[in-house]
Amino acid sequence: MKKLIATSAIALLASTSFAAAEVGACLVTKTDTNPFFVKMKEGATAEAEKLGIKLSTFAGKIDGDVETQISAVESCIAAGAKGILITPSDSRALSPVVTQAREAGLIVIALDTPFEVPDTADVTFATDNFAAGELIGTWARKKLGAEAANAKIAMLDLNPSEISVDYQRNQGFLTGFGIDVKDPYDIGDEDDPRIVGNDVTNGNEEGGRTAMENLLQKDPSINLVYTINEPAAAGAYEALKAVGRENDVLIVSVDGGCPGVQNINDGVIGATSMQFPLLMAAKGVEAIKAWADSGERPTVSAGLDFYNTGVTLITNEPVDGVPSISADEGLGKCWG
Amino acid sequence: MSDTAHTKDAAEGKTDNNQTFARFEQTDKSVLDRIQHVLHKNPTIVPVLVLMVSIAVFGMLAGGKFFSPFNLSLIMAQVSIIGILAAAQSIIIITAGVDLSVAAIMVLMSVIAGKLAIDVGVPAPIAVVLSLVGGVLAGGLNGFFVTRLKLPPFIVTLGTWNIFYALVLWLTGAQSIRSQTIDATAPLLKFFGNYIAFGGARLTFGSILMVLVFMALWYVLNKTAWGRHVYAVGDDKEAAELAGIRTDRILLSVYAVAGFICAIAAWASIGRVGSISPQSFYEANLHSITAVFIGGISMFGGRGSVIGALFGALIVGVFQSGLRLIGVDVLWQVFAIGWLIIVAVGIDQWIRKVSA
Repeated sequence: MKKLIATSAIALLASTSFAAAEVGACLVTKTDTNPFFVKMKEGATAEAEKLGIKLSTFAGKIDGDVETQISAVESCIAAGAKGILITPSDSRALSPVVTQAREAGLIVIALDTPFEVPDTADVTFATDNFAAGELIGTWARKKLGAEAANAKIAMLDLNPSEISVDYQRNQGFLTGFGIDVKDPYDIGDEDDPRIVGNDVTNGNEEGGRTAMENLLQKDPSINLVYTINEPAAAGAYEALKAVGRENDVLIVSVDGGCPGVQNINDGVIGATSMQFPLLMAAKGVEAIKAWADSGERPTVSAGLDFYNTGVTLITNEPVDGVPSISADEGLGKCWG
Repeated sequence: MSDTAHTKDAAEGKTDNNQTFARFEQTDKSVLDRIQHVLHKNPTIVPVLVLMVSIAVFGMLAGGKFFSPFNLSLIMAQVSIIGILAAAQSIIIITAGVDLSVAAIMVLMSVIAGKLAIDVGVPAPIAVVLSLVGGVLAGGLNGFFVTRLKLPPFIVTLGTWNIFYALVLWLTGAQSIRSQTIDATAPLLKFFGNYIAFGGARLTFGSILMVLVFMALWYVLNKTAWGRHVYAVGDDKEAAELAGIRTDRILLSVYAVAGFICAIAAWASIGRVGSISPQSFYEANLHSITAVFIGGISMFGGRGSVIGALFGALIVGVFQSGLRLIGVDVLWQVFAIGWLIIVAVGIDQWIRKVSA
């Protein structure tokens, strides 16, 4: 059955196979539901149109849908595409098929999520999630000033799997705030007394609220909340509002989705690190075009093993030494 | 065999008038057998005991924080949505079915209420009523596929789970409706987020609603003809049919009622979460099934009390709150809930053997 679907997908694609002169490219995202990937697709489609590239898009059904992504890559190879842009649902399981694609002469660019061995793809275009966390951590430290030494911090993470984006943002925030993170790949191994505790949110409002309630039960004097993303931050705010603490607790987050940026204007979130899915995708399409035209390979950012598409701090209360833009400016750049 | 047992009893001077049949297979009634019989008659005793024991244990381990009125009312609020979904799930499971779409119906109806009230500008009370009607239709659709097309409930609701979820994403673009927007335009949607405060406790309207839903459902299932028919259909559909019950009509109505309860949960969920969030409650269908099984309702249908599902949901809430307050890592909470399910269904199987 699975094979049948895969074969028919290939057949379907082969029938619309790229004409010899045309440069074909594929975009394979994790899902079609997350606004982040929806925006990524928009960015890639727009750039491909501009450059005259024929772009085919694929997406898994849910985050972690490896099989659909594998058959998508196979279809792209069969259709004779020049390059593949992919956000791997599983940074290990997709390695073999990606290697296969590169052996078949395609350029493979990982977007947003690096492969476990970054060299698996030709290059990775991604947000530096550690830097995104570090920005809000530094901002929070400077915002609290002398009080930072007595902060009571709640850490609202993603889920029990502790995937890379989860620990990178978490550990980045703590580093920026000036807390020793111990093992940089492990969430929750810190022993700084300022950390009240960690809990998971699944990156949504319901989880954010429940996690915040739980940590407030542990220590009602929490005054700084790190959140993995803006929906979790909105949930945390509701929990604080329920106990009348919404005005004396600082919430920081990462993402740059439009509701999140609006929440900065409404005083829900103090600061958020915005990432740029549109830019990631556009850069990827450009790189495929450059490679198809001149054989030129994209390079990584200095000191990193990927090309950093950048983060911008959004806040209405800027602090010295941390460059930021206001929420009103951010609304022009937000995604979703 | 029975003769010898009888002779033995007689020899020992036991006076048993009506125990001959009971003694037919077993010459001696152990304490365990007695327990098994009692549990068979009252399957809700197990979850009640587990709930009381777990409250006592976590109270000792986590200290005063766990026992504070605030924390106990917080547990109620935290389980209220899963609890109401478990009420819907329990009537389906009593008919020997299962509904994987309960949470998807709920999220879809919360989105419909929100979109109507906020984007379309429909007055909030009408938006709520329309979403309740939508719940009945969505549940009825499941019932239609199950009764008319004779498809297994698991397959039907696996399908509609995906369909409803896709509709949610289509309607929202996977984007939440913010709490501030709801406050400004349709605060009625957050009605169940209000609470009554007394003695440090904060009983949310959503928690009260959960208890009321269970009480109403218990009454209907135990005191009305419809309720008895639901149990009869779940116990043995053919026999119920032979007894003159229009089983398909009962099944269809059960799915519609479940859909209606999901829509009630949708309204409550907006108060609980604050915003209308398409990404929340993705696995709440499984959590509702968990609550039902831990609550001692048999997956083979026809047996178990809906009140059990309420206790099942509370047990999960108590475990999560207690383990968190002790400071146990999240993955061990997941581990503990997994064992709870297996033990609960194991006990259910053991109790069933009494009638074998």
